[in-house]
Amino acid sequence: MSRKKIFLLMTVPLVVIFFLFDTVPLLTGFVYSLTNSKGFGTFRFIGLSNYFRLFTDGSVLSSYWFTFKFAVVTTVVVNVIGILLALALNSNVKFKTFFRGIYFLPYVLGGLIVGYIFNYIFTFMLPSVGKALGWVFLSSSILGNANTAWTGIVITVAWQSVAFNILIYISGLQTIPTDIYEAAKMDGSSSWNTFWTITFPLLAPFFTINLVVSMRNFLMVFDQIMSLTGGGPASSTTSISMLIYQNGLSGNQFGYQSANSVIYFIIIVAISVFQLKVLNKREVQL
Amino acid sequence: MTAHKTNWLTTILVTVLSVLILIPLYMAIIISLKKPSEMGTNLANFFRFPKILQFANFIDAITTTNFFQTAFNSLVITVCSVVVVVLLTSIISYAIARNMNKRFYRWTYYYLVSAMFVPFSMLMLPLVKQLSFLRIDNKFGLVLMYLVFQMSMSVLLYVGYLKNITVSLDEAAYLDGANSWQIFWKIIFPLLKPMHATVAILTALASWNDLLLPLVVLSGNGNSAVTLPMAQLVFQSQFGTNYNLAFASYMLASLPVLVFYLFAQKQIISGVVNGAVK
Repeated sequence: MSRKKIFLLMTVPLVVIFFLFDTVPLLTGFVYSLTNSKGFGTFRFIGLSNYFRLFTDGSVLSSYWFTFKFAVVTTVVVNVIGILLALALNSNVKFKTFFRGIYFLPYVLGGLIVGYIFNYIFTFMLPSVGKALGWVFLSSSILGNANTAWTGIVITVAWQSVAFNILIYISGLQTIPTDIYEAAKMDGSSSWNTFWTITFPLLAPFFTINLVVSMRNFLMVFDQIMSLTGGGPASSTTSISMLIYQNGLSGNQFGYQSANSVIYFIIIVAISVFQLKVLNKREVQL
Repeated sequence: MTAHKTNWLTTILVTVLSVLILIPLYMAIIISLKKPSEMGTNLANFFRFPKILQFANFIDAITTTNFFQTAFNSLVITVCSVVVVVLLTSIISYAIARNMNKRFYRWTYYYLVSAMFVPFSMLMLPLVKQLSFLRIDNKFGLVLMYLVFQMSMSVLLYVGYLKNITVSLDEAAYLDGANSWQIFWKIIFPLLKPMHATVAILTALASWNDLLLPLVVLSGNGNSAVTLPMAQLVFQSQFGTNYNLAFASYMLASLPVLVFYLFAQKQIISGVVNGAVK
């Protein structure tokens, strides 16, 4: 066999598989979004009316509102804490590897199980702390209140995923040569100044990675919500993924939720591309 | 030089914060070892170590969640996914990396990598239909899906790494009469070892802890095809109020990955970093 043929043989079968199980469902999803399919039985094409309905559907709009609020807040939280802890862990602390090991531990656990553990903490432990201290806002479970339940999900997901951001920032800090810091010190730059004029700009590529990856993952949140609130109370924590899963597969809204997922797909792509474009512009090269 | 002096203030700060990581884990462990009567809702009770360790909780959890069966299912799915992803995506990456000057391979590369932006929820509904139509809504289909969903990331990593492996190795082997297939297995595959580790770890973590994909692909298969995360979900809806039993079950489900983490911590951490930074 010729060199060319072998290379083709290495490539084509896998590309075909990928096309069949990634691109084909992407296209059929779009086709279903134009139908009134319930997921079974017959269906007919109804044009774009699923899409028009989406924009006036309260449960869809509230799931978008919750998902974005959750994703933006959690992204900010994990990046702020991530940078601070990375700076701390990269300085001359004792037992560096030991701490790194501890902080990374939650990342390898399953989101569902972490959710169950925090469910217990929010339901039983925090209210008893609240009662002991006489704090009214903590004396009942934050997950039971439609106004506060989302913060419980932010805390749980941040607790688990901040490990990733810490690691990325640490590996970023290690690419910055130490002599820059010594030069800055000799010039009399304060550590606050040094951070904003040297460290942060040089961390920019890692900031980009963290922002894009975190935001993308948080927009797809599912496991932790299943075990923390199941989407409640009063659907206040139903994420977009959850809505598509629940109503699309068992709520007779197969075609309608397909339209929802097309919109969701476009939004995720748009956000990722926007982040990469804007953030890449302000990255500096050493 | 001040650089070697330990910063004790930061060390203390980092220690205090690490307690926030450890408290939930400590709680989960002691709850799994208590009996229901030791639970109580006053604050001290939450942290009190049980008088007698109730290992019976674990035995109960093993039988009620059918632990060995579900753990075996998860293990088979994870191991198969890792093997398939490492073998097949490294092969295609080799073909792509060595032919980047040709339009077909360049486009294939962009096609595979750009799919990284497609969220799983977008594909979920049609995939369920497609897999059941093809009668592969089973473990085989699940492994196939992990291959597809890990492909973008793996190809990106392997191709990036292959750029640093000089083509002169291939050229020399061609002169000795070897073909591309032999060159890949004998020379390139072993050289890709660091990337194999990264790809294997990312694939293992993604498939072992995954809930949504097994939930939608396997749900029609009854008890014989339940993975560990799925078992926790079922368990919660049936025995949710017995926290001791439930937490014993969570601990059991997390134990394999914790042991793996204990022994391969360094590789896991560097695997995750490589996966994101490269």
